[in-house]
Amino acid sequence: MRLFELHNISKNFGAIQALNGVDLKIDAGEVLGLMGDNGAGKSTLIKIMAGNFPPSSGEIRLKGDKVEFHNPVDARRKGVEVVYQDLALCDNLTAAENVFLGREAKMRIGPFRFIDYAAMFREAARHFAELNSETRPRDLVRQMSGGQRQAVAIARTRLSNPDIVLMDEPTAAISVRQVAQVLDLIRKLRDQGIAVILISHRMPDVFAVCDHISVMRRGKVVADKPIAQTSPEEVTGLITGAIESA
Amino acid sequence: MSMVVEEVTRLREQGPLRWVVSSQPFWVTVALLIICLVMKHVSNVFFTDDNFFNVTRNFSFIGIIALGMTAVIITRGIDLSVGSIVGLAGIVAGLALNAGYSWWVGILAGCGTGLLCGLVNGVLIAYLNLSSFIVTLGMFAVARSLAQVFSENHMIYQFGPDEKLFIDIGGGMVSGIANTFIVLVVLMVVFMFAFRFTTWGRWVYAIGGNEQAARLTGVPVNRIKVSVYMLSGLMSGISAVLLVGWQGAAINAMGTGYELRAIASAVIGGADLMGGAGGGYGAFIGAALIEVIRNSLLLAGVDANWEGTFVGLFIVFAVLLSKFRGMRSG
Repeated sequence: MRLFELHNISKNFGAIQALNGVDLKIDAGEVLGLMGDNGAGKSTLIKIMAGNFPPSSGEIRLKGDKVEFHNPVDARRKGVEVVYQDLALCDNLTAAENVFLGREAKMRIGPFRFIDYAAMFREAARHFAELNSETRPRDLVRQMSGGQRQAVAIARTRLSNPDIVLMDEPTAAISVRQVAQVLDLIRKLRDQGIAVILISHRMPDVFAVCDHISVMRRGKVVADKPIAQTSPEEVTGLITGAIESA
Repeated sequence: MSMVVEEVTRLREQGPLRWVVSSQPFWVTVALLIICLVMKHVSNVFFTDDNFFNVTRNFSFIGIIALGMTAVIITRGIDLSVGSIVGLAGIVAGLALNAGYSWWVGILAGCGTGLLCGLVNGVLIAYLNLSSFIVTLGMFAVARSLAQVFSENHMIYQFGPDEKLFIDIGGGMVSGIANTFIVLVVLMVVFMFAFRFTTWGRWVYAIGGNEQAARLTGVPVNRIKVSVYMLSGLMSGISAVLLVGWQGAAINAMGTGYELRAIASAVIGGADLMGGAGGGYGAFIGAALIEVIRNSLLLAGVDANWEGTFVGLFIVFAVLLSKFRGMRSG
């Protein structure tokens, strides 16, 4: 039994076939690199896994059980967290408020419930420490570096103790030093037994952290193999179509 | 590690003092105090109890509306209909009293009218995804027109059995402090508290900061949006009820131009039209500043026609100030 499995997933928008019989599987504590050119179907696949929309056909299995995600919040409740490419952070709020956005820590005073800032700062600081990040919970996200923002977005996924974290291009727009930080964050998640699906264009990053790699082209998975059995050259060939499949 | 966590938990970019000094309401308060000090020398009427009573009462009507407006602006919206809602709510409250209902029915009628107008605004904006500018511009016209229709273009000044009580609520005082001002201060405290310590408040800011992010993290964005427009309508209704009491009459032109003064108050007090920033005290102090400028010009013997120029300059100055602050911190 795999932790998370996509079986024969297809998605069409009108006449356009975005995904065609996609299979994907990942185990706990594994990092799966999902690669492919623009238009290969990665984004559509992520959105299906994140609950943004349902597949036209095929099924999603979580710990062996068939699941349906009705919306992103539903997917999150069932154990799938997403770190969006734009990170989905509110610049005007503090790191801790962003981590807890939508599920704020509250304390009860009589019949009322109020936000418990002390608990949020404490918990957020604990998560940042676990991720070895220097991010400070009281700082506004507006003032943060790209790496710190990533840490905030990743700390947010830790809150629900998810089974799977989807990361969409986390290293696309940040400096080299910060890329190293983000890759460390991914390793931390893996070490805690979380399955990470890393969507990336950056070959070095994928080869640095992934155990397994799936390549997509024109809505299909054209390769699915352990990272040790492939090479950047082969993956490039698969992405561009120079190599048909592997 | 727990030691480290403890330390990091307490770390912050700026201490409380720096936070206060870098906030816009602080500088507006300073400006207000300076004007007051100058006026002490210019006019011997300025610091009298009567003038204090007048000034505080006058800006309360706008200040109450500015509180609701601030909530709307924080979500990156705007409510242009508040002045017209004041007119309509005032007429509805007046008609209820005129028909012989008791004082609390009049208050409920006025507040209910505001809530209803806000509900219509909010539903159209949140669920049909229409621009808040356009929707509230529509309500601006509709509410004023309904006020004229309902009042049949007459002034309402006979308020039935509870007339005296109703007029006392809006025009009266408690130990020298205008009732309206007390209402404003109480509402301000409620808003400040709600903004900071309720999930509703945090979600209002989150929506203004990044609506998409708020949606993805499960914030009920549409419901929160409806709530801020309803709140803005309710504040207009409360202001209308107090105004009718103070003036002793309901006319359908009541509240004309209030939308701009309320927006000006919110913006001077630090509300950002791009969303995500603003606060209860800001709305209060912004409204106070505008009224004190008006009052000061009057007492200093300056032609009252200059009021708009001064208020306008302050609005632009306030926005410039926040822009420079943004550059420094960003």
